[in-house]
Amino acid sequence: MTIEVRNIIKRFGGFTALDNVDLRVETGELLALLGPSGSGKTTLLRIIAGLDWPDAGSVSFDGEDALARGAGERHVGFVFQHYALFRHMSVFENVAFGLRVQPRAIRKSEAQIKARVKDLLDLVQLDWLADRYPSQLSGGQRQRIALARALAIEPRILLLDEPFGALDAKVRKELRKWLRTLHEEIHVTSIFVTHDQEEALEVANRVVVMDKGKIEQIGSPGDVYEEPATAFVHGFIGESIVLPVEIRDGRVRLGDRELNLDSRDARPGPSKLFIRRHDLAVGPSGAGALEGAVKHVRAFGPTQRADILLSAVGEGTLIEIDAPRDRDLKPGDIVSLQPRRYRIFAEGA
Amino acid sequence: MTIATTTTPLPVAAKPVPLAKRDSRTEPRLVRGLIIGFALTFLTVFVVLPLVLVFAQAFSKGVRFYLTSLADPEALAAIWLTLVTAVISVGLNLIFGVAAAWAIAKFEFRGKTFLVTLIDLPFSVSPVISGLVFVLLFGAQGFVGPWLMAHGIHILFAVPAIVLATTFVTFPFVARELIPLMQEQGSQEEEAAISLGARGWQTFVKVTLPNIKWGLLYGVLLCNARAMGEFGAVSVVSGHIRGETNTMPLLVEILYNEYQLVASFAIASLLALLALVTLIAKTILESQIEEGRPHSDD
Repeated sequence: MTIEVRNIIKRFGGFTALDNVDLRVETGELLALLGPSGSGKTTLLRIIAGLDWPDAGSVSFDGEDALARGAGERHVGFVFQHYALFRHMSVFENVAFGLRVQPRAIRKSEAQIKARVKDLLDLVQLDWLADRYPSQLSGGQRQRIALARALAIEPRILLLDEPFGALDAKVRKELRKWLRTLHEEIHVTSIFVTHDQEEALEVANRVVVMDKGKIEQIGSPGDVYEEPATAFVHGFIGESIVLPVEIRDGRVRLGDRELNLDSRDARPGPSKLFIRRHDLAVGPSGAGALEGAVKHVRAFGPTQRADILLSAVGEGTLIEIDAPRDRDLKPGDIVSLQPRRYRIFAEGA
Repeated sequence: MTIATTTTPLPVAAKPVPLAKRDSRTEPRLVRGLIIGFALTFLTVFVVLPLVLVFAQAFSKGVRFYLTSLADPEALAAIWLTLVTAVISVGLNLIFGVAAAWAIAKFEFRGKTFLVTLIDLPFSVSPVISGLVFVLLFGAQGFVGPWLMAHGIHILFAVPAIVLATTFVTFPFVARELIPLMQEQGSQEEEAAISLGARGWQTFVKVTLPNIKWGLLYGVLLCNARAMGEFGAVSVVSGHIRGETNTMPLLVEILYNEYQLVASFAIASLLALLALVTLIAKTILESQIEEGRPHSDD
């Protein structure tokens, strides 16, 4: 099932939640909508599900207009952020709900419903909880039951809103892996919303980065991390050092210092220099584009982390870098920093 | 505290200071006794004693007389009218209350705050005024009164006015109970039901109603208690036609004014009994509602 979203606009009062969004999701994909809160990702998911309606634009499933159908007729499985399990029903009845509300003509027999629910509970490995009530389950169990309930109607599309948002870190990691395995097993076109970049990069085949109601970049996890298309994506995914620079005559200037960096055809004017924390080579004074004094060194794991006060930027800018453990750094050292990789984005891009 | 007072003391050398005395959170025994005693005395004088007196008066001439008083045609008519009025107005307020609470809790719309305030109106207006509104509306000099009279429709000083006044006065009970409950529960479960293919009615019956049923019953219970006990508004619109437009509270007053104390208290005892039953049911319902509230980690 492919999903095609075109020119979607959605406003809530004076707030534009989605501003002309286009997106195409291929059959069998596991896609992540990634963005900060207020970026419109949940609104987009709810519009695809039919729980919200756009002010303009179109949504089609396999070329067929989805907006002509209500949420119940779209065969979309939706997993809510807080699960929204029916609190007065047992786990079994929760999962069976979608089967029981089918029109009488196509409704399965009681025995068929029982068998199907059992299969689904087996799939989420929680068959032993069938008689419990949602309030008796842990967060991770509720999440899996919510998923089983959504799968009961044999959805053509599976939508998950912050599926791991309300879980603690350990359960979250387990469920992530589990969700990916499950997706490989059932292979239904799936979209999940998250504000956690690690989650998006680790689970999804493709990541859609959103900000302020617009799509900033669509790409594989590798692409969005290695080749961020905009300043926002660079800043949002992975940890970046951002320095205010100016491009003049093809040269990169930081404060009153000209940096020994290729401007790579960046437009003249105020810009931002983005460097990943681990992409700075530390050398002796005078050997790199940037200079600074080491203020603090914290060593743990395979790297050490150092705070360096850059000279040449007004009052001085403190940046945090990752350096290999074997590199000898002491507070008070004056060092040079040479970016191995960097990107320049014009101000406001 | 309980440890020090209820278990057999262990054989210890020095006499231990009771835990209760060292616990600065509890008051000294004397203060506690005084406060509890004061509360109990107050409750006895103002609540228990009057209630006991109602029953004592009702049975002062024996059970036979009590039953005869209740079997009086006028009394039976009043009981019947009270029941009919309560059934209709509770039924109406059940529907209105659920509809209003649904609209307020699940949708955003202009004028919502105004609607919430409006629902509270019957609580803030004196029941007598509520009754007078209907007199002004349907009375001989009223808005639509002359037209109704010309068409032979009797509302004022007849059963319809009593039902209307009662419905008006008891409107807030169901809605007020449901609004916070439904707001707290949100609409995610309904959305889940709809996305699973449930139609509107199925969603209401299978998801919404079970979630609010205890709150709904609670509202209905209070609504019913007030509907049966309403005096002010009904008194204004009833016309006090004996055997026709007297509800139980009205009959109590009439009998009392005619010095038929025992008969008066016999009817009053039924209302008191209703109050007691309501109280017990309310306590049971409250514990059920507590169970139905969303859990903190939801």
